[in-house]
Amino acid sequence: MELAHFCSTSRVVIVAGKGGVGKTTVTATLAVAAARTGRSVLIVEVEGKSGLATAFNRPALGYEEQDLAPGIRGRTLTPDAALRDWLEGNGLKRISKRLVQTGALDVIATAVPGMKDILVLGKVKSLEQSRAADLIIVDAPAAGHALTFLTSAHGLLDAVAVGPVRKQAADVVELLSDPVRTQVLLVTLPEETPVNEAVDTAFAIEDRVGVRLGPVVVNGYYPELALSGTAQATASAAQADAELIDVYVSDTEAADLAAAANFRAERTGIQLAQAERLAQALPLPQIRLPFVFTSEIGPAEIETLADAFTEGVEAL
Amino acid sequence: MTEHPHTLNDVVDHGRIAVCCGSGGVGKTTTAAIVAIEGARRGRRAVVVTIDPAKRLANALGLDELSNVPRVIDVGRWDPDGDRVEGGELSAMMLDTKSTFDGLVTRYADSPAQAQRILANNFYRNISSALSGTQEYMAMEKLHELHEDGGYDLIVVDTPPSRHALDFLDAPARLLRLLNNPIFRVLMVPTRTYLKIAGAAVQAFIRTVSKVVGAEVVDDIVAFFRSFEGMEEGFRTRAGRVVEILQQDETRFVLVTSPRRDAIEEARFFAERIGDHDLAVDALVVNRVHPRFGTEMSAGLRARAATLRDLEFPRRSQRDARDRLAARYQNLAEFNEIAERERSYIETVRVRTRSAGVAFVPYLAHDVHDFTALAEIGRILFAPADIEARPPAVGE
Repeated sequence: MELAHFCSTSRVVIVAGKGGVGKTTVTATLAVAAARTGRSVLIVEVEGKSGLATAFNRPALGYEEQDLAPGIRGRTLTPDAALRDWLEGNGLKRISKRLVQTGALDVIATAVPGMKDILVLGKVKSLEQSRAADLIIVDAPAAGHALTFLTSAHGLLDAVAVGPVRKQAADVVELLSDPVRTQVLLVTLPEETPVNEAVDTAFAIEDRVGVRLGPVVVNGYYPELALSGTAQATASAAQADAELIDVYVSDTEAADLAAAANFRAERTGIQLAQAERLAQALPLPQIRLPFVFTSEIGPAEIETLADAFTEGVEAL
Repeated sequence: MTEHPHTLNDVVDHGRIAVCCGSGGVGKTTTAAIVAIEGARRGRRAVVVTIDPAKRLANALGLDELSNVPRVIDVGRWDPDGDRVEGGELSAMMLDTKSTFDGLVTRYADSPAQAQRILANNFYRNISSALSGTQEYMAMEKLHELHEDGGYDLIVVDTPPSRHALDFLDAPARLLRLLNNPIFRVLMVPTRTYLKIAGAAVQAFIRTVSKVVGAEVVDDIVAFFRSFEGMEEGFRTRAGRVVEILQQDETRFVLVTSPRRDAIEEARFFAERIGDHDLAVDALVVNRVHPRFGTEMSAGLRARAATLRDLEFPRRSQRDARDRLAARYQNLAEFNEIAERERSYIETVRVRTRSAGVAFVPYLAHDVHDFTALAEIGRILFAPADIEARPPAVGE
């Protein structure tokens, strides 16, 4: 599939996955890839902190939109701020301050579980409807919160019979269940627990939200090396190659090279097996992103990942 | 000789309570299970309270469902060789947040009728199941209960995978704040008086809220606060008691982390903040540490790979050999770079938990979900060798 086509399959992409799988990195990667096709991108971050700004080498995001890179803007969207916006939009400006100040919001949010999520997603909906950008990417809360985040609108429709909150929930359900408007990109790692969780989350999302699932992004693959197979992961094989080109490699170093090559071969084997297991359990296409060995993921690394993402999309 | 050699051993031998903390996905539950197993092996009556364990670990511990009472685990499963110290016993439970909360309500209600009213209230149901922080609160509550009347020598509690590892300490206070919300306190006064006292401002406010979320929701809230009247004192006292238990000499904190940047940041934050509560980290467990191959630094190895790639050869076989050797150097450089980075990350936590012993668990090929695997990690964690020296620090 052409990248440009992929980026036009929905106006909102919700990036979801359990903590530590690289959700924020994938969010940044998708943004860069989409911007390359000439689309304007708005990244919405719903949890206070993440490395998103770091990935673009910019100061931390705030409620006001800021430029992250050419064609890419970013902002946070916390429940309190979303509530304020929403109350003001519904002619209830006077009580908005009081609701937040007295802590009454906490009580109400407890009475109506999921209300905070509805407010946030409701704001995403109004951003989408005002065409704030060609593509809105939501960096979702870590799963299982992601599941709550996505299911709360349905739950709320059951709990609240009338009023503007119900209307808001209905709008959110409509946004989520329209495949032309929204898709969810699940992120996982080629490891046992993350794969299990991705499978569980995918089925739960499909059953309970009815939102379209895009491809699964499998993050952190060790890139292929020029040497393959365990036969070459021995110290003597390293020495043989060194001899052939007449360079000196000490015995200790040859042993280290072999041990590291073995480790990689073993890990790669596990990764492939887990990706295969994921494919068996979850009939969704996979986009594989390489493991980044450098310490900080900055703009240069994101560009590399965006290349890989593009390749992955084209192979779909 | 460090000040506290083998603190994890000390946790198992002398701790009465061990609280395992850390961010989600770092192996907290697994570590909690291993600490309890080791305690049992050393002759203690140990119990582990798990929260939302991975399915297969739960199965290994014989936990098929949420429960409110610990279940004794058949000794043959955790001590197949029969070499435990006499008297050792292992129990486990999977925290049932809602029924723990229900128990608390029943305990503090003046009458069964009051308890019944609260348990049936929608708002209460949300507090006891969906409110963030409740799980943390109930974990501490269960700890309190097992401590007071469980008859255990060693209680190991897992903490919920909160956004912040310290949430379990703050959760009781947060819930009390909610119950003490000034606006809703007014509603706790019996019906008629409430209408009089509440005043026009509050009534207008309530009306507006009703408009926003619906009158039924507000009715539930009002009914809850009224039923709850008179019970906050009991809750407050009990929350205070939990904090006291955590501050006891026999309570140990085990901070679990992985050497990933986000987990490390969270661990560092935890180590700094726990001091605010007059507590300290007693043991640090770092899971999933990458191995380090040899002593050469990544920068030099990377340069070597680049130099090799620049060499030119007439024969195809030589060029292939060159590429393979360069790839080997590249690979070694990459893994040693990870190792260097992880060790420097770990160091930033270590300096903040000075007196805590540190144990490292290597990156394992498979998940841990049976007693054999748990025992294997246990051997690494409680090894008599100088575990602090492993893995070697950069430059050693």
